[in-house]
Amino acid sequence: MIRLEGISRTFDVGGRPVRALQDVTETIAAGEHVAVMGPSGSGKSTLLNILGCLDRPSAGSYTLDGREVAQQGDGELTLVRRNLIGFVFQFFHLVPRLTAQENVELPMVFAGVPPRERRDRAAAALASVGLEDRATHRPDQLSGGERQRVALARATVMGPRVLLADEPTGNLDSASGRQVLDVLERLNASGLTLVVVTHDFKVARRSGRVVMLLDGRIAKRVAASHVQEIADVLAGEAR
Amino acid sequence: MSGRDLLAFALRALTGHRLRSALSLLGVAIGVAAVVLLTALGEGARRYVTQQFESLGSNVLIVMPGRVETTGGVPGFGGVPNDLTLADLEAIRRGVPSVSRIAPLAVGTETIAFGDRRRQVPVAGTTRDMLDIRHLTVARGDYLPRETGREPAVVVLGQTVANELFPGLDPVGQVVRIGAWRMRVIGVNASRGVQMGTNFDEFVIVPVATAMRMFDRSSLFRVLIEVRSHGELDQAKAAVEALLTARHRELDVTCLTQDAVLTGLNSILGALTLALGGIAAVSLAVAGVGIMNVMLISVSERTREVGLLKALGAGRRQVLSVFLAEAVMLSGAGGVVGLAVGFVAVQVLIGFYPGLPARPPLWAVVAASVLSLLVGAGFGVLPARRAMRLEPVAALSRR
Ligand SMILES: Nc1ncnc2c1ncn2[C@@H]1O[C@H](COP(=O)(O)OP(=O)(O)O)[C@@H](O)[C@H]1O
Ligand SMILES: [Mg+2]
Repeated sequence: MIRLEGISRTFDVGGRPVRALQDVTETIAAGEHVAVMGPSGSGKSTLLNILGCLDRPSAGSYTLDGREVAQQGDGELTLVRRNLIGFVFQFFHLVPRLTAQENVELPMVFAGVPPRERRDRAAAALASVGLEDRATHRPDQLSGGERQRVALARATVMGPRVLLADEPTGNLDSASGRQVLDVLERLNASGLTLVVVTHDFKVARRSGRVVMLLDGRIAKRVAASHVQEIADVLAGEAR
Repeated sequence: MSGRDLLAFALRALTGHRLRSALSLLGVAIGVAAVVLLTALGEGARRYVTQQFESLGSNVLIVMPGRVETTGGVPGFGGVPNDLTLADLEAIRRGVPSVSRIAPLAVGTETIAFGDRRRQVPVAGTTRDMLDIRHLTVARGDYLPRETGREPAVVVLGQTVANELFPGLDPVGQVVRIGAWRMRVIGVNASRGVQMGTNFDEFVIVPVATAMRMFDRSSLFRVLIEVRSHGELDQAKAAVEALLTARHRELDVTCLTQDAVLTGLNSILGALTLALGGIAAVSLAVAGVGIMNVMLISVSERTREVGLLKALGAGRRQVLSVFLAEAVMLSGAGGVVGLAVGFVAVQVLIGFYPGLPARPPLWAVVAASVLSLLVGAGFGVLPARRAMRLEPVAALSRR
């Protein structure tokens, strides 16, 4: 599903290059559930943004679902984001003036889905995250966990192949976090490829395998059951 | 993204900031209202003048001594013109068959007195034909005799003069003094009010030769000619000019038709209306800057939202349209409000000046409406392009 080869991303900060990613090579099969860990500033978000075609690598090749997307134009990338990728963020990023229902409809608005079909699909997506009775609520009338589930409904309503989540539970209490995780696992079980950036070992343990970034490079790959090894490395880093 | 979705999305964004939206909309509203009101004023003046002229009759030819360029109204510098005399008038009456009526006009100012009441008045000398040419009516008594030969010492008073000199009295049959002349009042004109800036109710009318002697004039002020039909006007004008050229050995008179004067005035007042509208339209450009400012603020506040929209699959064009739609809706709504305010203001104006046929010309209403939309589109482009160019990551990373 995803093939990264020699991916680098360099930012120019005040004339000095900052290497956020260096020579990252990784393959993620369809239906996999991968957790990405690493200390703050190690390049996790940068990696996820490149996977989500929100950002372009400075070098390397990125093949998504059989097509090279690293050097495609804006128009193609828009279509990739619209149809193949779902994104959820640590800070939910719901549009505050729109209701839950309208937030979920938003991707379909841009895709030109007719209003009636849009309503039905959004209602179904909200129901699938257990929020059918929150459809007319605005984000400020929802709890953090509910907001993230609305965001999940929105990310999946276009039927993407890949779901990318940047610290989706980072801003939630543990009960809400578990609910969000339940939804993620259910989506993964139904065949969606899942990449989750997290600091939380409990989250990482529920994935299939864990990739650890250090200073923009992949430093370690372990099965989820061996996430303790990553904890040890990170503890060593912190010291 | 359908047009309807676009409008709905833009409307949501605008109503999220009611005060800010209302204020930037106000600028456009003022501009459009100003265009409507000022052009209505200019157009009202134009219609007013046209009406005044049309009340004169459309088949009237006016002859005046001296050469005057008809459209500009600036006197030319020829030699001293020959007098325009009553003999000329008689020659025209006999020599130009399409003339149906012809009346002389001599004017001056004199003091009129009855008993110990006296008053300075404009005096017009003419003949009976003036009554029909100018569609005047006599309220009481009779008008002047038709003939210009041996003239009786009679006078016709305007309404105001009659009321002031003879309060509660019937003036007809009384004898008044005009300067050194004693004259018998034979009639009182019906009130005509102010026309062409002159209050005819303040005039007194005497036989033409009397007036010329009274003011020691050798030349008439004007000769008014009524032609049988409007179609014969140009031909009659040519005939009158030819006849007077032959009599004076040069063309030293000016023949004006209503049409020529009206066309000149119309174009001057039309240009005035256009200028007023143009000045008002400038305020629309100022309003556009206000909209641009508000949209720039909106874009920078919603940087994250733009990033999100792109992450959700919104294309560059769609982001551009969202922000453009907001700007156009702002200015369009301003335009609608401005039209409403403008039309109400025109009604208020008419309430104060019922005689002024003020009404905004259609072109001004259409131009103001179109312009208000264009202002939004034009000044909305820069902010919308800025939104379109935002990189999704950079936009999202800000908290
Ligand atoms: N838009 C940017 N401009 C400049 N530097 C950036 C930008 N985004 C990320 N970086 C830098 O790249 C590095 C990796 O950042 P990021 O991927 O956000 O790390 P993480 O998500 O693992 O905390 C950091 O040093 C960060 O400062
Ligand atoms: Mg991060």
